[in-house]
Amino acid sequence: MSPFFIITGIVTLLGAVFAMSLRNLVHCALAMAVAFSGIAALYLQLDAQFVGFAEILVYVGAIAILIVFAILLTRSGEAPEKSVLTSGWMAGIAVSAMVFTMLGWAVLNSSAIPKETSPTPVATVKNVGDALMTKFVLPLEIIGLVLTAAMIGAVIIALKEDSKNENSGRKS
Amino acid sequence: MTALQGCLLISALLFAIGFAGAVTRRHAILVLIGIELMLNAANLNFIAFWRFGPHPEALTGFIFVLFSMALAGAEAAVGLALIIAIYRHKKTSNLDEVKELKG
Repeated sequence: MSPFFIITGIVTLLGAVFAMSLRNLVHCALAMAVAFSGIAALYLQLDAQFVGFAEILVYVGAIAILIVFAILLTRSGEAPEKSVLTSGWMAGIAVSAMVFTMLGWAVLNSSAIPKETSPTPVATVKNVGDALMTKFVLPLEIIGLVLTAAMIGAVIIALKEDSKNENSGRKS
Repeated sequence: MTALQGCLLISALLFAIGFAGAVTRRHAILVLIGIELMLNAANLNFIAFWRFGPHPEALTGFIFVLFSMALAGAEAAVGLALIIAIYRHKKTSNLDEVKELKG
């Protein structure tokens, strides 16, 4: 493992910790963008260039902006006076620590992890496009359907309540 | 420690952080951010196993991550729409105060 990889991993994890622990929600969203950028850098170092740039486009570009919009629309931009944690937060921390202990123990002691490193794979955009259009064309179409349904569903859920009443006879 | 184990450890820690945030924070948007972090940890696992696995030329893990990112986008859109609808209805987005469905 190169030192640059370790530094990128540490930056990613620090971004994730700050995204989950800061009090101000806008700061949380910015720390989340830092964590996603770190994950994109990790992808680039793992020879997955296409996924790395897609990560920047989708997560840093779209989802972070969407979350900032939701924070501002629900007027929760300023830090609350009350506690930001749920009542059973100690149990939650304990369970997540146990999850990490189990996963880490399994990773470090597993015999299923290959010891020798394989040669660098080629995942050019041409290869990815060929695979998407031949072998994986049915999942691609289904993902298109899912995205369309999710978009229509999100619009209908977020519609104003009074406009739902005048449409109710037609829709239900 | 091999490079694959390093990737898997980073991803396990990322999953644990996202999980801890999703179960301990009160605000609904932060729960959504925690879920996104957990999804990204799973994606990092897929890429690590694709890179260091025996058959990287099949591109299976790579394509799976692309589909998983599309699903994460759909999930974020629907989740934020739900949060906005609940906020408009109840004037709060604290999960402790939304207990109509609580048994």
